[in-house]
Amino acid sequence: MMASVSGQSTTRVVMLGLGDELFAVDAAAVREILDPVPVTRVPGARDFAPGVINVRGSVIPLADLRVRFGMTAAAATADTRFLVLEIAMEGDPSPMVAGIVADKVYEVTEIEIPSPDATPRVGMSWPADMVAGIALWKGDFVVVPNFTAILN
Amino acid sequence: MHELDPVATFRQEAADLLEELEQTLLDLNANPAARDLIDAAFRAMHTIKGSGAMFGFTDVATFTHDFETAFDLLRKSGAQPSPRLIEVALAGTDHIRALIEDSAGTDPVFGDAILSDLRELLGQAAPDLHDAASATREPVSARPAVRYGLTLRFAPDVTVNGTNPLLLLDELRGLGDCVVEPLLDRLPPLGELDVAECHVGWRVDLTTDKPRSAIEDVFMFVLDDMELDIAEQSDASPLAPNIAPAPARAATPAERADAAEPVVAAVPEVASRADDRGSTVRVQAERLDRLMDRVGELVIAQARLSQLAHNRREPALQAVAEEIERLSAGLRDTAMGLRMMPIGTLFARFRRLVHDLSGELGKPLEFVTSGEETELDKTMIERLADPLVHVIRNAVDHGLETPDVRLAAGKGETGLIRLSARHIGAEVHVSVRDDGRGLDLARIRAKAEEQGLLTPGAPASESELVQLLFAPGFSTAREVSALSGRGVGMDVVKQTIEAMRGHIDVTSAPGQGSTFTMRLPLTLAIIEGLLVRVANGRYVIPLSAVEECIELDRRDDQRSAGRSFLNVRGALVPFLRLREAFGETDAPGEHQKVVVVAAGQSRVGLVVDQILGHHQTVIKSLSRLHADVGAFSGATIMGDGLPALILDVGQLVGGRARPVHGDREAA
Repeated sequence: MMASVSGQSTTRVVMLGLGDELFAVDAAAVREILDPVPVTRVPGARDFAPGVINVRGSVIPLADLRVRFGMTAAAATADTRFLVLEIAMEGDPSPMVAGIVADKVYEVTEIEIPSPDATPRVGMSWPADMVAGIALWKGDFVVVPNFTAILN
Repeated sequence: MHELDPVATFRQEAADLLEELEQTLLDLNANPAARDLIDAAFRAMHTIKGSGAMFGFTDVATFTHDFETAFDLLRKSGAQPSPRLIEVALAGTDHIRALIEDSAGTDPVFGDAILSDLRELLGQAAPDLHDAASATREPVSARPAVRYGLTLRFAPDVTVNGTNPLLLLDELRGLGDCVVEPLLDRLPPLGELDVAECHVGWRVDLTTDKPRSAIEDVFMFVLDDMELDIAEQSDASPLAPNIAPAPARAATPAERADAAEPVVAAVPEVASRADDRGSTVRVQAERLDRLMDRVGELVIAQARLSQLAHNRREPALQAVAEEIERLSAGLRDTAMGLRMMPIGTLFARFRRLVHDLSGELGKPLEFVTSGEETELDKTMIERLADPLVHVIRNAVDHGLETPDVRLAAGKGETGLIRLSARHIGAEVHVSVRDDGRGLDLARIRAKAEEQGLLTPGAPASESELVQLLFAPGFSTAREVSALSGRGVGMDVVKQTIEAMRGHIDVTSAPGQGSTFTMRLPLTLAIIEGLLVRVANGRYVIPLSAVEECIELDRRDDQRSAGRSFLNVRGALVPFLRLREAFGETDAPGEHQKVVVVAAGQSRVGLVVDQILGHHQTVIKSLSRLHADVGAFSGATIMGDGLPALILDVGQLVGGRARPVHGDREAA
């Protein structure tokens, strides 16, 4: 049993698996979850944003967090999903709409998001600004990604 | 999703009003005798003041107040505004704009200077408001004091629009001696009373030497929504102490007869303004974009339906599919039409520019516009503003001669700048013509040689010399005047126009003037493209850039390890293998094609695997995640629902595209 003693409020998140890691994405930022659709490659684009997809008439970029976090991208399986996110970007009044690849989407749940200061910097090989925090869920560590930095 | 921010709404409305005010002032400058223009200017100022105060823009309200007073004076005195007054009022308009934009960042010194100018002018024109008001139309002595009985009843929600009935009563008091009695007969029971509503009416006994219209003017902004009876009292005696109860007074037969004639004078005017406003709806551009997305989606789904129907060979299904095809094409056209705006909205802005330029440079000129009704995509109209400002500035500054030079050349003293727009085929041509000295080719050549853009003595045709005007770095040195302003050069003008898939042409005749013509596609949202295949990817090349398509000769193909040139009917055309450029590694097929594209003066052949055909579609922009990929200007959605990228020919031909293969980021 985990005791909730910190008194922090919980946030509703979508829990998804990428490689061996669990990621928690703020549910408010998730516009929809799709089965994979065909991707159009954008030659010359950075590796973590290899292409664009058509989401109901809009052309949106597809980002691969696995590449961004230095994992090996596995081939799509029956569990693979695309999440369409709306991310507020600095200096842009309208949010950026982007898709991300998830190896598996588990569930929507409430977790406590720790403050960024509470995230230990040692023991993590990822660029610090891409991680907003590390949370705990059912005894596992969960990465809370910072999309504003990741999608820049 | 979108909170309606009242302050933002005020800003938007104020911007429109200021625009309207500016146009009115300029019209007034041309035609000072037009009374309706003075009225219109006054109304615009009054509304800005009123709504400014309501939304907390107190400095705007305070500042505008004096201008309102000045124009009220003009309205009442029947005097004509002097050019100097218009000038000050235009400066005032700018100041109001600045105040609304950024009140804290605006130095009050400017406002004070403008106001002191205004007071000085008013001091000359009319030492006293009331004197002036009665001076021309109704000399004080000629008009005996008349006693009026007024009954005022406002709409219950009158305060919602910022009207304060008490202030209006104060204004009435300013006209003459008044006795005001409240009429409480319409007060609802206490339980039903909404404190924000006004249920009190007033009965006013007013003795004034001002005409009846002065009384009506007090209520000019609420006249539509109120009951106002103005009855001239039979006894023109000076105000008698009036302590009789109101109902008794209102009951005299003479009064009732008079009261039966309501005030209607101002109604037709107000109605015609309402018509103007009622015919348009303000919609956020973003919503239009979303509509376009949906329509684009519909067109794609419809294409799939048509395909299916065609395969099924079922007449009933085909009939429905064709019907839907027709409907969706109509819907697409209508949706496109929503984005179209008459270019006149843009032209109107330049009147002020030309007016100011003419004054600053001491070049009297006539500014003629035509084709205001020509429609163009809204985004393009906005993007066209800066280039046009620059071209018009150039025409006035460099194109037109000073009056003495003009006279010496046997021309009229007044120069002519003609701004016109018209539809030609699927293009809109916007041109700026001056009747000045024309381009001085020798001077252009000298300057280009001086700046190292042209080898001294090298042969250059007239059109080549004219093109030098648009070379980066050209023509900047001399222009460090107040006019050159934003540092926009002609090269930027050209870039902006070409970014809209347009072209700019120049024609000129010595001594007769020059014409800059911008040729633009009707809309940015739709593109005619050539669909090609490179490896497994499909790409769209804008058709406007395509010159021809040829077969890649096997010898040229093999030889190209050392040099990548084609011989196209004697001309040397470099070519670019899109397979290589896009980092495709597998070997190409047998019959590669070359699409020869042009951008500006240069031509380049793009080697593709297959030409799939012609494709007309809606352009989608790429996100900022792909903003660093220079080779593409956008994307489009194909009939099968897959996105295809649109090549940015300018970038490819200019070689400005970054190398598009290899890992640039080791994330």
